Amino acid sequence: MRAPWTDRQAHRRLGAVACLVLVLIVAMVAFVAVRAWPTLAHNGGVAWLGPGGSTDHQLGGMISTGRHAPAAAYHLRAWPLVYGTLLCAGLAVAIGLAFALLCAIFIVEFAPRRLRAMTIPLVRLLAAVPSVVFGLIGVLVLVPFVGNHIVSAHQKSSVQYVVELTGSSVLVAVLVLTVMVTPIMIAMIVDALRAVPASWTEGAAALGANRWEVIWGVSVRAARPAIVAAAVLACARALGEAVMIAMVAGGRAWAPNLLDGATAIFEPVNTLAASIVGQSEAITAPAVRSTLYAFALLLLFSSLVLSVGGYLAKLPMRRQGIRV
Amino acid sequence: MAATATAPSRAPARARPRADSVRNWRLRQRVAFAAVWAAGLALCAIAVAIVGFMAVKGAQYLDVQTVFSHPRPGVRQIDTGGILDPIEGTLVLTALALALAVPLGVVTALWVVEYGRPRALARLVESGIEIVAGTPDIVIALFGLALFQLPILGALSFTSSGGGVFGRSFFAAGTMLSLIALPIVYTSVREGLTAIPAQMREASWALGKTRICTIRAVLMPRLRRPIVTGSVLGMGRIIGDTAIVIILLGSTPQISPENGPPVLGLLRGTGSTLTTFVYDASPAGEGNAPQKAYAAAFVLLALVLIVNLAVDRLVGHERV
Repeated sequence: MRAPWTDRQAHRRLGAVACLVLVLIVAMVAFVAVRAWPTLAHNGGVAWLGPGGSTDHQLGGMISTGRHAPAAAYHLRAWPLVYGTLLCAGLAVAIGLAFALLCAIFIVEFAPRRLRAMTIPLVRLLAAVPSVVFGLIGVLVLVPFVGNHIVSAHQKSSVQYVVELTGSSVLVAVLVLTVMVTPIMIAMIVDALRAVPASWTEGAAALGANRWEVIWGVSVRAARPAIVAAAVLACARALGEAVMIAMVAGGRAWAPNLLDGATAIFEPVNTLAASIVGQSEAITAPAVRSTLYAFALLLLFSSLVLSVGGYLAKLPMRRQGIRV
Repeated sequence: MAATATAPSRAPARARPRADSVRNWRLRQRVAFAAVWAAGLALCAIAVAIVGFMAVKGAQYLDVQTVFSHPRPGVRQIDTGGILDPIEGTLVLTALALALAVPLGVVTALWVVEYGRPRALARLVESGIEIVAGTPDIVIALFGLALFQLPILGALSFTSSGGGVFGRSFFAAGTMLSLIALPIVYTSVREGLTAIPAQMREASWALGKTRICTIRAVLMPRLRRPIVTGSVLGMGRIIGDTAIVIILLGSTPQISPENGPPVLGLLRGTGSTLTTFVYDASPAGEGNAPQKAYAAAFVLLALVLIVNLAVDRLVGHERV
């Protein structure tokens, strides 16, 4: 029978396992950065984020450049993808935030007990539905519906020489993405609203504030940092959503110009994460591979920044002694 | 104030006097009140609609034969077989990922909470876990592909005759999926540990037990529920993840083991899960068999719902 571990041994061994997480993160950044390097080097740093040419053509041309691709093969201007990512995530989080705030107030303050007992499991259920199920509903129900009933024939013909309006659109992508990120925000905002000390809300009620004034003027106001943090973290989730967008948004690196009016929201769009899924079959070509890893590096970097941002946003609340 | 004008003459017994009725609110507040109710009801309606729609489609297209037959390539949907392999793939991957994530998460949480020295390192590990939790799964997938295409790890997937490592296998996908579950297990166990009162540990230390002995004899028995809760929550995420599986499992509809001992060969081989099956069978993938996609998505959703119910039973109802 072997001797039991001494405390020092146990400390070291458990510590070594725990530090595996740090090793993994360093390895993740290193691996992705090394594979992304050719794209970064041949496109001159961050110039590839800018506009210029058709991203789809550039990616398509990369596939046939062979094992030892010349430097010119890496040429890429990814602005439509960056723009599509920001557009979808920004719109979804903006709409979702308003909706999530209202829902959270409903759950915390106004829902009758029975309805609340029903709503909370439903929120959790929505948060647990896999993204591919959302994507399936999007592509089989919403896309044909938008394509057949909402887009007018006039709108289709007005842009038919540039882009085809099939229903795979910004509208559907943003709509489904909103439904996906809202439950996360609701959960975080509900936690924050509940963490507001009862003495604050009771004090406000004792001063004659009505229920709306208490929840809006005291609870929501005190929870503002957490609400910002919820939006930031939802943003991280929305940026990284790949499969659903790849299914519903049309898979074309097209940058809809919102100044065009209503037609723009029916135009297809693509995001960085979705284009990784869309191009994953071609990943054996070195130029494509390097490009996709450059996308991944960008996503990794922005999710890192957003994680830190979410943490910093919550600090004011911690300073007041509210634990969120 | 309008609210106090009609207040009852006797002192209110509750914090919320009777006169605080929506009728006495200002117009702006009443509009907001209506908006809050509308949002709450819309939320319930959306959730019920999604589950209801999937249930109807599932009932329409799912039958025993679909569940228990292998997928086949075919032109017409009726020829494309069933979803047995994806179901098996999901189960194998979930087991593999949990087998890696649970020990790692438990040990990390134990070290951070019970030892946690040097403090800076423990903080770093904690933020590391949060970073992993925030990393998009598609990035983790590409990292996994780069990792498992290393020649050293070639034994874990398919190696071509030219020496190129394929980097896609159950091993690769399971390892990367464990990163999805790790933060969830960790958080659950950490909460469980901090909820154990300090005097339990102190009593054990006072009896001359070491910290590791205390962990084994005093803390571990009380961690059973947090560990199970974390695993089940993590299981839900693993079952539902798509991006990692698309990139790392090779997406062959049938489970195709490599040569080797039975279990090892399977883990080195490629296959599909319910999520990638849905993706491939949808109009976005190659298959275009919407009926099979609905059937598989229904099974997937049912699995997730069962997992969700299990978590409800474990932690009670009030947590969002």
